[in-house]
Amino acid sequence: MPTPTKGPRLGGGPAHERLILANLATSLFEHDSIKTTEAKAKRLRPLAERLITFAKRGDLHARRRVMTVVRDKGVVHRLFVEIAPDMAERPGGYTRITKVGARKGDNAPMAVIELVREPLAKKAVVAEAEGATKRSAKDAKKDKGAKKADKVEAPAADELTIDDAADGHVGDDSAQATAPAAFADAADAEHVGAEAELPAGAVAPLADGSAPEGYTIKGNADSGLYHEPDGRWYDATVAEFWFKSAEDAQAAGFTKAGSKKSDD
Amino acid sequence: MAVPKRKMSRSNTRSRRANWKATAVGTTTCPQCKAEKLPHTACPSCGAYKGRHYGAAERAEHQG
Repeated sequence: MPTPTKGPRLGGGPAHERLILANLATSLFEHDSIKTTEAKAKRLRPLAERLITFAKRGDLHARRRVMTVVRDKGVVHRLFVEIAPDMAERPGGYTRITKVGARKGDNAPMAVIELVREPLAKKAVVAEAEGATKRSAKDAKKDKGAKKADKVEAPAADELTIDDAADGHVGDDSAQATAPAAFADAADAEHVGAEAELPAGAVAPLADGSAPEGYTIKGNADSGLYHEPDGRWYDATVAEFWFKSAEDAQAAGFTKAGSKKSDD
Repeated sequence: MAVPKRKMSRSNTRSRRANWKATAVGTTTCPQCKAEKLPHTACPSCGAYKGRHYGAAERAEHQG
């Protein structure tokens, strides 16, 4: 028994369905992005991806196979010459379907199906691994930062570092990627963090983000939490402030990380 | 062919239909414009979805 086609049937018969899908594929390769119903977008996806695979192969036989579906020579040319090179690095997943809500007339769920033509993004690194990279970078700069203890802080570098430290917690890949660079920029500044913002008992980290001597508790200005060295998130935390003891941190209005949040 | 013996009363019809209820859809907050939107769908007020913009998703006042 032949395997049934996946997804809903379209149109009034097999020939009609083939025509609908062929026309959708033609429009997709012509315009890069089309708005259609979710059902049609889902049926179109495997067909379009197979045609792109043919286009990546690029020989005459592949072109003739594509021509049996997409009848427009101009569109086939565009597929082979413009679209296929963009997909060269991409191992499948050439299209993207995004739901855009229901159509007004018949409340049909609509979707935008588009070709994913942007260059292949570097594989997202796990947050933990990135934290480890950051830490090792910090350790490497520790000695360097300690020697330059007397230098006056640069305001621009100061701002940049705080912003990046804040972004790093949100989990934005791009922001995290820039964070180590910001640390490098700030390497010449002695203290990171404005003096006026420091709560009582707190000390700003050294230029490379490492702890001043004798201060072991990390304070996170964004979350209002402090982290002890044996805490679960200690290594992953970028410290805006350092405290000598947990009592100091509590006196400055910080809460122990992992304990129940009081007001936020 | 089996057929109903009696006409269905107005009362029976209405009590059956009284149980047809609509349910509210679950919505999420758009991270970009903070408007309410359906989950896994581009935002109808600003068109944003996962850092991309979809003009086709945007709805004007009269479009519902």
